Amino acid sequence: MSTELKAGSPPASVPFYNDPKVRSIVYQVALCLIVAGLVYGAASNAVENLQRARIASGFGFWDNTAGFDISQTLISYSNTSTYGRAFWVGLLNTLLVAGLGIIFATILGFIVGIARLSKNWLVNKAATAYVEIIRNLPLLLQLLFWYNAVLKALPDLRESVKIPGGIFLNNRGLFLPAPVTQPGFGFVEIVFLLGIVGSIAFHIWARKRQEKTGQQAPVFLTSLGLIIGLPLVVYLIAGMPLSFDFPQAGRFNIAGGLEVVPEFAALLFGLSIYTAAFIAEVVRAGILAVSHGQTEAAYSLGLKPGPTLRLIVVPQAMRVIIPPLTSQYLNLTKNSSLAVAIGYPDLVQVFTGTVLNQTGQAVEVVAITMAVYLTISLGTSFLMNIYNSRMKLVER
Amino acid sequence: MTMSEGDLAVAQINFVRKDTLQPLPPPSSMSGPVGWLRENLLSTPFNIALTILIALFLAWIIPDMLRFLVFDAVWSGVDREACLITAERPVVGACWPFAFERLPYFIYGSYPIAERWRVDIFFVVLAVAIVWLLWLNAPRRDLGLVYSFIVTPVFSYILLSGWPLIGLAKVDTVLWGGVLVTIVVSAVGIVFSLPIGILLALGRQSRMPAVKLFSVMFIEFVRGVPLVTVLFMASVMLPLFVPENISPDKLLRALIGIAMFASAYMAEVVRAGLAAIPKGQYEGAQAVGLGYWQMMRLIVLPQALKITIPNIVNTYIGLFKDTTLVFIVGIFDLLRTIEVSRIDPKWAAPSTSPTGYVVAAIFYLICCYGMSRYAQATEKRLAKAERR
Repeated sequence: MSTELKAGSPPASVPFYNDPKVRSIVYQVALCLIVAGLVYGAASNAVENLQRARIASGFGFWDNTAGFDISQTLISYSNTSTYGRAFWVGLLNTLLVAGLGIIFATILGFIVGIARLSKNWLVNKAATAYVEIIRNLPLLLQLLFWYNAVLKALPDLRESVKIPGGIFLNNRGLFLPAPVTQPGFGFVEIVFLLGIVGSIAFHIWARKRQEKTGQQAPVFLTSLGLIIGLPLVVYLIAGMPLSFDFPQAGRFNIAGGLEVVPEFAALLFGLSIYTAAFIAEVVRAGILAVSHGQTEAAYSLGLKPGPTLRLIVVPQAMRVIIPPLTSQYLNLTKNSSLAVAIGYPDLVQVFTGTVLNQTGQAVEVVAITMAVYLTISLGTSFLMNIYNSRMKLVER
Repeated sequence: MTMSEGDLAVAQINFVRKDTLQPLPPPSSMSGPVGWLRENLLSTPFNIALTILIALFLAWIIPDMLRFLVFDAVWSGVDREACLITAERPVVGACWPFAFERLPYFIYGSYPIAERWRVDIFFVVLAVAIVWLLWLNAPRRDLGLVYSFIVTPVFSYILLSGWPLIGLAKVDTVLWGGVLVTIVVSAVGIVFSLPIGILLALGRQSRMPAVKLFSVMFIEFVRGVPLVTVLFMASVMLPLFVPENISPDKLLRALIGIAMFASAYMAEVVRAGLAAIPKGQYEGAQAVGLGYWQMMRLIVLPQALKITIPNIVNTYIGLFKDTTLVFIVGIFDLLRTIEVSRIDPKWAAPSTSPTGYVVAAIFYLICCYGMSRYAQATEKRLAKAERR
């Protein structure tokens, strides 16, 4: 006995509620209804609760006077500035500590990562101990340690540690000579920028020529000359238009100079050291991912260890290293929000801390803060996706 | 070749060695301790310089640390007087009596002293769950799963917060603190993040656009913001979103934040495991007529979870360290009990703060290092299973 199966329509014996398509639609509609219900419930509760607590809603507070001071500001700010201004101050402080932290963590992380692969027993073990200890301690504990047990335990103002070069170190921070530009320094800056543009252009030209003729050009030396040498010459010709404002130790205060507040130093220190341990592991994994055959092939072609590392191993390792490295950079940026625990005025401390307490507008303030971090994270992962698709190994 | 020619050839050779010559031992400079030193520490001028540099650094830091922790440390006393700098003792190391006296506070927080046996039972119950779950050759691991993920949470909740009906007095969560809170917060994160994370990972793979959209939105949103802001959201926004009369208490709010955060990260770990399962496994399961949930439960998830165990444990290490952040929203976890104790005037001395931090560091080092060793051992075991 044979039955005919028609393509496209399910056999009549299957009831409609077993049809995968019908089921899928029912599930999705149900899910949407649940989510919509939750959102509606939350919103109506929020409106009711806010009205009862007499808290304003909306973003009108943005232009109100903040009325509090911030210990470290990169742009002009006073307690008569607006909440909006405070937001930008906090955001810039976050970006400053994240940017510097990324630079230091990368340098330290690469050194430790390579040291973990060293054949030198002592170097290898020291790097391993560093990574194992730092990775297994909470970042918050490390930050509190640097801030409370190290920087706050430094001698007070009158017994400041004096470091040659006009630097003072005490429990109020690090006081460095501040560079002051004189008229004429603008030329040096312009030449410096031109030098960067010039060396990029030279690099492109040199690569094209090498592809065409096989001749190599001294890219590194030329770039060095253009970026550092030329501005230096202009600086000397212009009559050295740069002076330093040295900090002066008074009885109760240190005047002048560049002040690095201990909160900033502790956060930068803690973040760099913590993230460097993770970067070290990323670097180690990346280098180990380049198969040994690649190195051997390079040696058999007659390349020396230096060029082998530079031309064969590192470019291939970078492909493996860069995606997790970027996520470490994002982690560092997100972790900089722990500033709130030691009182460094970053975005979270200024905005989700002080502004939230003053205005009581939890929904708006938390939403703005989250939006900032989301923008940074999603923007970076968007760029990473482009990079990954460009770097993907094309196999035949 | 004839026989006679061969005999002649042998006769002409007047010395034939009958046994193999033993190889000479390597020169003493290449073997033994000297050889080891030469190869591992002093192979090139650069290496010699590095060795000296690191040795100097260690020689500088290790004696100082030992002096602080052991030789100059104060071992007995009743208050700050014992740890102050005096004329006859100009250098004071760690203030251990402070740590000894505050140890119960570090472990239980302000949990009523008469009820602390309940916390001890909780620790034992939890230890059984952990061993049953992690010991791969344990008997009846299926029961262990039920015990760890269902029995333990319910039992612990009743035990810790109390149930007057059966004679256990209520203990408000405000009184909980120290290691107890650290463990409760991480245990909640661990217990909730795995199932929710699996559902989110499956949702992200789903062919239903609405399910996929919501999963991706949740995962990317939570992973894109710092945990601090998630905790702030849970602690200041959540009370606004629920009717006033059922406003959750502070600890519960932090727990919700932690569980959300951990689930999103777990979802990505599980997704990586799912991606590593070959398509043939799905097709094979469908070919024998399994439905979606049967396929996932019997074929795909067991394989995917097995290869993700090391990553899951690594996520748990991260979660365990991240629980310290509940400190910021005012929960008395271990770190906060230490912060509170170290500024207590009774023990105000120069070395109190470092001593407190050393105690916390030892606790976290032991826990996290233990977990990471476990992850490495599992990884090795899995690698061995892969080799045939």
